[in-house]
Amino acid sequence: MIASKIRQILIGKRAGSVTLKYPFEPRPSEPGYRGRVTVDTDKCVGCGGCADVCPARCILITDVSPFIRIIRRYLDRCIHCGRCEEVCAYDALHLDGEYELATTDRKDLFIEQKLFMGTCNRCGRCYIPPTPLDRLMVVGFRKDEDLDGETI
Amino acid sequence: MKEGFIRKFHSKAFGRSLWVFHTNVGACNGCDIEVLDVLTPFFDVERFGIKLVGSPRHADVLLVTGPVTRPMVEPLKRLYEAVPSPKLVVAIGACAVGGCVWFDTYNVIGGVDKVIPVDIYIPGCPPKPEAIIYGVALALGLVPKKVGPAIESHEIPMEVEDILKELTPSRPVALPVNPDGKNDNGKQDGEGA
Repeated sequence: MIASKIRQILIGKRAGSVTLKYPFEPRPSEPGYRGRVTVDTDKCVGCGGCADVCPARCILITDVSPFIRIIRRYLDRCIHCGRCEEVCAYDALHLDGEYELATTDRKDLFIEQKLFMGTCNRCGRCYIPPTPLDRLMVVGFRKDEDLDGETI
Repeated sequence: MKEGFIRKFHSKAFGRSLWVFHTNVGACNGCDIEVLDVLTPFFDVERFGIKLVGSPRHADVLLVTGPVTRPMVEPLKRLYEAVPSPKLVVAIGACAVGGCVWFDTYNVIGGVDKVIPVDIYIPGCPPKPEAIIYGVALALGLVPKKVGPAIESHEIPMEVEDILKELTPSRPVALPVNPDGKNDNGKQDGEGA
């Protein structure tokens, strides 16, 4: 009786424990796991390609003026498909391995970007200057025109 | 609801084991499989005293997966009332948190928090089992919250801001508070991009 119990204890000791120590120890995700969406606003040019392909339509684009475009990303309904990362031509969007996104408030999963755009002279809408130098030229042009008192 | 309040609330109300009741209000079963995964010996959420029960009247915590389909609204309300107070509601998966790709579909309410109050949101499609354990640990006050809202901006030249003030003095910018999938022009989002 007692010998069998001791044998059981020995067997149990030899088998060890398979249970994860998480959350008391960190556990990095596997390489290639698509977790949190991060945006590099300095690289983003506001083309809206990510909004075109988002299946959950969590990326909303609003032009608030001829110069300013606001992109709002409601990541609470993001399905982490990675299409935005695929289509981004400027390498601004990334899905990193962070998965610890649990929160007590839905508003924590929200990104708002205020982007500076060029303005089309014919239609008056936002467009994307291809390089920062072009962007500077557009600004100068607009300013001169405004000082001359011409129509905008 | 604030994190500190939840911690205090938990230590007073849930001093012992948490018994959870799991309900599916229209999920695709992906999140349900992850919830079952959490109960296996590898992840072993019974370390925290968490146990699935078969009746809402025995439960302290209500786990909800799925966007709320229209026929499930009344049953979900009755379920919430059947859980004895104090109670926690945990929304698991992108569907339960924000409605996922069905947030504006005709037969789907889109989010559990439009029907019953939710305390912990665990996004992901489906969330990893570790993410669910992280959410549970957040409810128990073992780990800090990591995410927060981000408002970023390009560096906008001062001269442009001056022009903007002259250009648009009388056009206030009011962004819609609730995301309804449409932009200011009334177009479905993505068309005008």
